Amino acid sequence: MSAPSPAAVGTSSQEAAPQERPRPLSRANLLQTLVTGYFPLIIATLVVFLPLLWMLLSSFKQPGEIVTIDLRVLPESLNLENYAIAMTTVPFAQFFANSLIVTVVGSTIKVILAILTAYALVFVRFPFKNVIFVLILVALMVPAQVSILPNYILIAGMGGKNTLWGIILPGLGTAFGTFLLRQHFLTLPPSILEAAEIDGAGHWRRLWQIIVPVSVPSIATVALVTVVSEWNDYIWPLIITDRPETMTLPVGLTLLQNSEGNGAGWGILMAGAVLVIVPILLVFAALQRYIVAGLTQGSVTG
Amino acid sequence: MTAPLIHNSSAPADRPATKPPATTPAPAPAPATKPTPERPRWSGRSRKDFLVFLAMALPNLVLIGTFTYWPLINNIYYSTLDWTLGSASATVVGLQNYVTFFTSEDAAKVLGTTGIFTLITVGGSMVLGLLVALALNSKVRGTTFARSAVFAPYVLSGVGVGLVWLFIFDPGYGVLAWILRGLGQQSPQWINDPQLSLVMVIIVYVWKNLGYCAVVYLAGLQSLPRDVMEAAALDGANGVRRFFHISLPLLSPTTFFLLITTMLSSLQAFDLIRIMTPLGNGTSTLIYEAYLQAFGAYNRAGYSAAISVILFAVLLVITVLQLRFVERKVHYS
Repeated sequence: MSAPSPAAVGTSSQEAAPQERPRPLSRANLLQTLVTGYFPLIIATLVVFLPLLWMLLSSFKQPGEIVTIDLRVLPESLNLENYAIAMTTVPFAQFFANSLIVTVVGSTIKVILAILTAYALVFVRFPFKNVIFVLILVALMVPAQVSILPNYILIAGMGGKNTLWGIILPGLGTAFGTFLLRQHFLTLPPSILEAAEIDGAGHWRRLWQIIVPVSVPSIATVALVTVVSEWNDYIWPLIITDRPETMTLPVGLTLLQNSEGNGAGWGILMAGAVLVIVPILLVFAALQRYIVAGLTQGSVTG
Repeated sequence: MTAPLIHNSSAPADRPATKPPATTPAPAPAPATKPTPERPRWSGRSRKDFLVFLAMALPNLVLIGTFTYWPLINNIYYSTLDWTLGSASATVVGLQNYVTFFTSEDAAKVLGTTGIFTLITVGGSMVLGLLVALALNSKVRGTTFARSAVFAPYVLSGVGVGLVWLFIFDPGYGVLAWILRGLGQQSPQWINDPQLSLVMVIIVYVWKNLGYCAVVYLAGLQSLPRDVMEAAALDGANGVRRFFHISLPLLSPTTFFLLITTMLSSLQAFDLIRIMTPLGNGTSTLIYEAYLQAFGAYNRAGYSAAISVILFAVLLVITVLQLRFVERKVHYS
């Protein structure tokens, strides 16, 4: 943890806000601070939170509270019936488990692959390393969306339709994580490896005993960004699954929408939305520093 | 493009499997042909490094090759076929799919929708993002929290967010309809009207993505040279003038970066369109049309592949533009 913070690879925004003392309060000053400082902030925060709050409140409402001309802001009770209905209409527990497996297995493999590839690119001698790096950079810019049809044909041909490995496999190659970790490894001082080299430690030990421990913030950044994108991934699982047993949450939500997509079903759909949104919201709330740094990566070099 | 990659990685004589080279026999494969720049001789150590590198990097490289590069080539091949998805037979039709696309009404509609969607979402999230960044840059308490809050929608599931907003836009029971009724207005038919559908999806897309622009712009604002800003303030330039004459020009690298990245992601926007307007009525962008053609009602795989290739060409042009301009700075500091 002692080594460079994620700011070294990401944005420096969170570190860059030195706490300045508020100016002395006069009445005019106070008003100005309110209008130019707090007011826009409050508006922006509300614009983000009100729809999400509305989702949460509506998920407790009975159809009678939703299908009505007057708006009822608060639900009559914290009734979990919508959640129960969502769970029985479609196998939501199964979706949740599938999402969890896909996210955990996919992210773990991706992060390990990223660490290994980045280490090899930085610390192991090999010809054509630059060519390989450029190929990874280019892959970073190829969106998954343009490859869905060929990948569908490939995976379906391998028997991966409606399987969890079929969902996980095509996304495993990681250009983003490799790139981010490589940039970080390049900033490490070579001296930290010298002692290990004298000890005769091989690459494997150097990687796990020296490089990884000092790179925890960067690895956390890569891991969290990967977790978020695996959890939210939609287009690929949508295409490669058409049976509920292997659907992930976002795809399952689409299924729920098909069966509850009438006015009375909004409460149930909001309960479903809560189940897909809230886990990531909690992860984000706890670890947003790393996630923001990872996702806005590259902006300072632009 | 995978070819050189795989070629490099398979060393001539022995098959370097995924095993680390703890016990490697030493038949040195043709030392003279591949001299590494730093070491003239193919010594035992660099040979070991060679194998370590392969063991560490090869799985990832093979995966990237198989599921990123290979599909690109395959897509181009599929785009020359008249082929129904799921059917065992296909006929090669050359460029016919492209001709069909560009001569049909689809082209104008799809390209127009893509253009409008991209233009407004990019412009909207950048302008609003900059405004939010300016607010976040003020010296009051709570900016750290507000920054996280504004960024949050960017990491949330597009499917979940799309459903939440679909409820808000619901002409019968949505909040928006209720507000409009309060103002004596009828709620527009967001879902059924193709143009309003596009407006609706654009609004939600901007809501979801402006936090990204705000945070990137904030980082840009906070790295502006303090002395220049202070000098301008001393010269008596007011806030608005300082913003337009100093901050904004100095932010041009950030603006350019955002322009490219948001344009690329707008062109790939799928989740919100799929969940809010499944039929693509008025919201069929290139990516959505490619999806509908292959996986919607028609199963026209070849035609879909052609649209994907067109989309990829557009993305490629933008990426190349970025690479060309990223070197020469947009402003002179």
